[in-house]
Amino acid sequence: MKIVVAVKQVPDTATQVKIGADSKGIDPAGITWIVSPYDEFAVEEALRVKEKRGDGEVVVVTLGPERAKEALRTCLAMGADRAIHLNDPAWEAADSLAVSRALAAVIRQEGPQLVFFGRQAIDDDMGAVSTQVAEFLGWPCASWIMEETVAADASSVRVARQVEGGLEIFDIPLPCVLSAQKGLNEPRYPTLKGIMGAKKKEIRDVKAADLGLGADGPRLSVVALEGLPPRPPGRILSGEPAAAAKELVRSLREDAKAI
Amino acid sequence: MAGAFWCIVEDDRAGRPKKVTAELLGEATRLARQSGGHVEAVWLADKASEDGLKQLGEWGAVRVWLLEDAALAPFRSEVWTPAVAELAGKEAPQAIFGAVTSRQRELLARLAARLGVGLAADSVAFRVEDGKLIATRPVYAGKLLSKITWAKPPWLATLRPNVFKAEEPKAGAVPAVERPSVAIVPSRMTLVERKEEVATGLPELTEADVVVSGGRGLKGPENFVILEELAKVIGAAVGASRAAVDAGWRPHRFQIGQTGRTISPKLYMGFGISGAIQHLAGMRTSKIIVAVNKDPEAPIFKIADYGIVGDLFEVAPLLTQEFKRLLEK
Repeated sequence: MKIVVAVKQVPDTATQVKIGADSKGIDPAGITWIVSPYDEFAVEEALRVKEKRGDGEVVVVTLGPERAKEALRTCLAMGADRAIHLNDPAWEAADSLAVSRALAAVIRQEGPQLVFFGRQAIDDDMGAVSTQVAEFLGWPCASWIMEETVAADASSVRVARQVEGGLEIFDIPLPCVLSAQKGLNEPRYPTLKGIMGAKKKEIRDVKAADLGLGADGPRLSVVALEGLPPRPPGRILSGEPAAAAKELVRSLREDAKAI
Repeated sequence: MAGAFWCIVEDDRAGRPKKVTAELLGEATRLARQSGGHVEAVWLADKASEDGLKQLGEWGAVRVWLLEDAALAPFRSEVWTPAVAELAGKEAPQAIFGAVTSRQRELLARLAARLGVGLAADSVAFRVEDGKLIATRPVYAGKLLSKITWAKPPWLATLRPNVFKAEEPKAGAVPAVERPSVAIVPSRMTLVERKEEVATGLPELTEADVVVSGGRGLKGPENFVILEELAKVIGAAVGASRAAVDAGWRPHRFQIGQTGRTISPKLYMGFGISGAIQHLAGMRTSKIIVAVNKDPEAPIFKIADYGIVGDLFEVAPLLTQEFKRLLEK
């Protein structure tokens, strides 16, 4: 069974991101780049499916600049078999729709039975790409999955999808697209052997022309990237706990009108 | 740009529109007022209700496009998308708004791909400028705000719950109800079962007006009961920091922050939470922030409106008592 996992390289969660000089993007200086955390659940799940079945191939794919190869290496070190890097200046300003179109095209070429995504990349937080890839492929999809079991005959997958107030369990015929929610699994750390082995694994560069994708204007454009408005200075309520608690409740009621 | 602002109805799966739908209709009403457009609701359900339709009118919809078909439940984006796309193809709305919910997140993303237009997911503000709509959306989990605009209509967006205000309900407003005929395609997905969470009696985290949240300072899962008691008194939802979730004290669905839920309640109260940057990202748009922490240097105090430097095991029960006294009056 062939499985494709789409990942994105993003700034580490502890990074204090700063606005770049063009005020439309971030300043890349000093950023530690990681595999988006939800994508790690996706990679882990793909590896588990392969290990459980005892056969198959896990192919990771990313769209991004040259540095994104590091993210692919991390996934290869976790155990993925090979990687595809959609690496072309044509995609520099790609919006979710353009990214989805490119990913759908490469997935169509690969012809997997199952495609995993993380529920969203933690940079632009759009959370649309997995679903849009499914739409372009004409496949069913389920997002924010918490459990997943591929049927023994590989004809379908049973998933638990997180919804408000509970879980919905669906049977979905393959091929399909799934997006991973935290809680699906506990991603493994790459072992030293994995890291060494990853150096020998293939990372194939793919250009827009290789996918037969022509120029297509963006559907969304960034007007500006801004910092958050500062919050008004706060008040520390000191004194005995009982008095502080009393004053807090009074303030919330009378000043802030929050209760 | 006079045209229809469509709002997809989020309902309780039993024929009643939810509060977030009033928020969508409210924002659409304000934008339509500025731009000379009008507001319509699009309701997909296996079974709608007369009361629900009336409610949508009172919330600001002048017309309701009602797609009522047993095959629309349970939600599957592969079924809803072509139905809405077909209707949008005929009616050419100016904008299509959905709510950030499990269903509409998927619906709007698929719809954007099908219609070949942009989607501003998880928007928190809109502005009309020179006949264009500009959406504000938090990025990097709320560390920055991105303002974006569309190359062409319809402008698709999902709106974060609890951020936009509903308009005053217009008593007695009756919407025109249209039942358009659109193709409902069969689904390849079969619902096996729906597992409901054990009802806590507390509101859902992203919908709650008040959120009480606990972190590592709680020292163990058993101590969340202290916060639950407070939450019960003030009708709050209970959330947790990543530290508390990763320690296994709370299920992940209660996590607030960059790899959890993003919330903006009227009142957020954090107990034993230091305020790691990725947690602050998930709650700093709360209207009022209260922090209780033993460490006066905890970063959460930098963004708190009210802070108590103290032991949460002492302070939280005192607050519960005080609120009880106040609310019993």
